Amino acid sequence: MQILLNPLVVLRLCLFGLLCLSTLVSAQQRLLPLDKVQSGLAFTGPEILDLQGDDFANPGLPYMDKGAKLWNQVSGKSDKSCHSCHGELKSMKGVATRYPAIDKASGKLFNLEDRIRNCRQNRQSAAEWPLESEELLAVSLYVTSASNGMPIKANIEGKAKSHFEAGQKIFTTRQGQMNLACTQCHDQRYGVKLYTDKLSQGQPNAYPAYRIEWQRLASLERRLRFCYTGVKAEIPAWGHEDMRDISLYLMWRAQGLKIEVPSVRK
Amino acid sequence: MLFSLTRRDWLSRIFKVSVGTWGLGAGLSRAQDMSVLGRVQDMSDARLRNFDEMIAPYVVRQPVKQGGITLSLPMLADNGHLVPLSLKVDSPMTEESHVTHIYLISQRNPVPLMAMFVMGPWNGRAELSMRVRLSGTQMVVALARMSDGTFRYETQEVVVTEDACIDNG
Amino acid sequence: MSTARLQLPARIVEGDVFKLRLLVQHPMDSGFLRDLDGILIKRNVIRHLQCILNDKEVFRVEPTTGTAANPLFEFYLRATKSGELYFRWVDDKGYIGELRQKLVIEPANQSKAAKP
Repeated sequence: MQILLNPLVVLRLCLFGLLCLSTLVSAQQRLLPLDKVQSGLAFTGPEILDLQGDDFANPGLPYMDKGAKLWNQVSGKSDKSCHSCHGELKSMKGVATRYPAIDKASGKLFNLEDRIRNCRQNRQSAAEWPLESEELLAVSLYVTSASNGMPIKANIEGKAKSHFEAGQKIFTTRQGQMNLACTQCHDQRYGVKLYTDKLSQGQPNAYPAYRIEWQRLASLERRLRFCYTGVKAEIPAWGHEDMRDISLYLMWRAQGLKIEVPSVRK
Repeated sequence: MLFSLTRRDWLSRIFKVSVGTWGLGAGLSRAQDMSVLGRVQDMSDARLRNFDEMIAPYVVRQPVKQGGITLSLPMLADNGHLVPLSLKVDSPMTEESHVTHIYLISQRNPVPLMAMFVMGPWNGRAELSMRVRLSGTQMVVALARMSDGTFRYETQEVVVTEDACIDNG
Repeated sequence: MSTARLQLPARIVEGDVFKLRLLVQHPMDSGFLRDLDGILIKRNVIRHLQCILNDKEVFRVEPTTGTAANPLFEFYLRATKSGELYFRWVDDKGYIGELRQKLVIEPANQSKAAKP
């Protein structure tokens, strides 16, 4: 009996209890069970599968070439390239699986594009790459490709927790003229046809993606903004916190799903 | 009473003549700034082109025969912006008998010609692949000009679908 | 800057008819679409693309707005003499894109007979 009153033991028991409780709560919050999580490829037609699987003619690959070139390109007053500090691409292995992440310096939630822009500004003292610019997307694609085949593992603890909860709230709240919540289509009706489109689960594992509708490489943020168009909701400005919060929630929801870039989507 | 026309009739006539002249002028200037092959066609009658209209710019009086071409496009295209197309023309590709040109023509696109290829015996095979844009469900025509001046063609109907939610952004 | 990538077979023997695949990065703006701010994007397509081998044009395509963005062209060539493949394309803006790649053709008598 005496050992149970030992403060350290009590502390450890409490912590263990809390841990169990938190995982239980998280498990309950999973509207899409982990064993049901699937990449968008499961909902596309044969042409898209062929395009993505083509090692040479995947339309996203020229952007990879460009990204590789920019990685090695010296830029800005610092006279440094990404390579100068980060070395070869393999140093970026695993990075894309844990973004969006909190930036220690500013406390903000950064997605991968924000991180690259930040690096350019603060470490390279180089000219800004606007959001959704070809250069930024090319480097983002290049960095993400280092994590190809690796499972997503988002961190929603600490400062990221409030962002995760905000993202979860947006995902499960009705909005727009069509008064639809993301979860209604992407958790409850994936696989169902909307005209000739098969609804996907809206997974983030394949971004930046070459979207045929836009005929160029696109970021997850651009795709999410288009989701707002889909339900006829007012689209937030570029760089809005909401987009990053949703991205974080999506990454948590996609835990275990493997990164696959450059992907091709309708 | 020479003129029994009302003021409305006069205004209407003046309007028609002036619009007609303006339209002609606009049409002429538009035609000038585009290359011959890339000229946008008048689609205001909302009528799909028929086969003869599609091949008319390239075939004048030469014989045109269907067959000898394997044309392959998906029967159902996911998105009109990128539709894979491949074709093969039965030809020995020798100096004496080869394909000289291949025209890919669209029935519904604003610009009917999608691409033109120039080939010769040095190609060894009259076979190619590319990716076209199709602005909606339509018939695609592959027209091959042979070295003896005759033409062969093949057609395929393609159903083009679009995103359920459409935007241009 | 319009870049391109070219795929050739690993080994080409004289007399082979081999496939070339060329993927060109180019927006092929049709002039009918608008950008994210709603402004009409002016037409800018590749007017012609040619492949020159040993000073001879061996392939030519004249695409229009009906050719997809970031076009892919696959065609065949008969392997005769080694040389340099020179691809050149010009678009509506007058921009000239180029790609050069060495073409190595093994003489037929040195290797086993290959299928045509």
